[in-house]
Amino acid sequence: MKDKIRIASGSGFWGDLQSIPLQQVTKGPIDYLMMDFLAEVTMSIMQKQKKRNPAAGYAKDLVHIMKDLLPHITEKNIKVITNGGGANPMGCVEEIVKCAHKQGIKGLKIGVVTGDDILDSLDDLLKHGAGLDNMESGQHIKDVKEKLISANVYFGARPIVEALKKGAQIVITGRTTDTSLTYAPMIHEFKWAWDDWDKLAAGVIAGHILECGGQASGGNFLSDWRSVPDLAHIGFPIAEAYPNGEFVITKHQNTGGMVSVETVSEQLMYEIGDPTSYITPECVADFTSIKLEQLEKDRVRVYGIKGKPATDLFKVSMAYNDGYTTIGSLTYSWPDALEKAQKADEILRTRLSDLGLKFYEVRTEFLGVNACHGPLASKQNEINEVVLRVGVRSIHHHDVEAFAKEIAPLILTGPPSVTGFAGGRPKPNEVIAYWPALMPKKLVHPKVEIIQT
Amino acid sequence: MKIKLIDIAHGRSGDKGDAANVGIIAYDDKGFEIIKKHLTTERVKKHFEGICLGKVERFEMPNIRALNFLLHNTLGGGGTVSLKHDAQGKTLAAALLRMEIEI
Repeated sequence: MKDKIRIASGSGFWGDLQSIPLQQVTKGPIDYLMMDFLAEVTMSIMQKQKKRNPAAGYAKDLVHIMKDLLPHITEKNIKVITNGGGANPMGCVEEIVKCAHKQGIKGLKIGVVTGDDILDSLDDLLKHGAGLDNMESGQHIKDVKEKLISANVYFGARPIVEALKKGAQIVITGRTTDTSLTYAPMIHEFKWAWDDWDKLAAGVIAGHILECGGQASGGNFLSDWRSVPDLAHIGFPIAEAYPNGEFVITKHQNTGGMVSVETVSEQLMYEIGDPTSYITPECVADFTSIKLEQLEKDRVRVYGIKGKPATDLFKVSMAYNDGYTTIGSLTYSWPDALEKAQKADEILRTRLSDLGLKFYEVRTEFLGVNACHGPLASKQNEINEVVLRVGVRSIHHHDVEAFAKEIAPLILTGPPSVTGFAGGRPKPNEVIAYWPALMPKKLVHPKVEIIQT
Repeated sequence: MKIKLIDIAHGRSGDKGDAANVGIIAYDDKGFEIIKKHLTTERVKKHFEGICLGKVERFEMPNIRALNFLLHNTLGGGGTVSLKHDAQGKTLAAALLRMEIEI
């Protein structure tokens, strides 16, 4: 058994810095590279792409990234784990296999994890007691069942560990939890038992720190943000994990950013609810047990973590169409910038009402004044320029489109010193509403296949 | 004496559906005692008047001198439903740090 493994974060979301994965495998020693591509609504976007083109539906970037990584990871025996397979892990793997063939790489084993997509088996699952009511609002599944465009179970580390056991050097999954990409290698390498709750929880917390990439190594740092060196060349976090469940968060030398107790603490707070119960498929982690210690520059030790037994439920993420939105904006300059923008908003709303359009919501914000902090924003006497931003949401495509036609006319028929209407009329966007739910684990099983190049 | 929360704490915020999570981390033990005492759910709810339309939940993380707040019904529906410029509540930690506290 290895006495430590180094797991590097290569991506915090679909669209993250493209240079990072290669940097992580070339700028210093690592054993594993994990890349997270999936946010809550990403699966539904990928599902839609797959509907239009059966070969699509995964993170396209991932294929380009893997093309560059292949020579390095095969030479250094680095394993890569990612959920960028999205709605079509097998389609993604087929492209990676093509890249490997072009580069003459033979005998490479790629694990594919599927079975998370339950959209087509919903009726059967509901018959067997899947439940699937909205876990936040309590709303019944029948209200949206016919409108669903995606439904995916969040699998955990088990299928990834199975793929690693079968010798996979690359593991491409559909909807697995962001954290599982990091702790699956620990379970695999250190032979942790599936009921060793404290160690599993430690792995989960390492995963939480890594899953947003640069957010743990100085990006989006709200403390002394000026003190973060060279963000242009930020190094993404690396977890140096030990068999006893302790780990050190660090990054490669000669990269920008920083790893400190403060940067790690901020990431620990990101998108959590009750810190004593961070629920994952394999355990419930207690964030109040985490201890942090700065060992030296860019090295933070994380230890003392406690966990509790897993629940019998998987989280399920579903999405459905719920009308359309669009946003229009115009820029007003000094003098009286805010007053003009407010007048334009008033004129626009009168015209929308005259047209008899029906919206769930019309929302106005003044960028540069109060869009982010609302009533908390401090009053300024003379604003140099302000962006009027008006958004609408409606069940009717037509009404949203009609709204979009009302923005540009304000330039010649509203208050003066206005600009910023570039790029044409705003287009109606389909609203993809999110439906989180829970279902018994026993009703669904991941599928693990190994493809060899 | 009046102090600004931003001088004794930092934090991070994000979305959980239509709820925003706002984590506030004190720089030292003294600061943690202050935020524990003053950042009550009532005070935070009042601070976010007009922004947080639901209830406020508070959780303590003494291990990192932090408080985590869940602000329910805050993000205009959340996700792609929301028409807010800050639909994910990314700037709300900074918004809470605007608070001034009398100690």
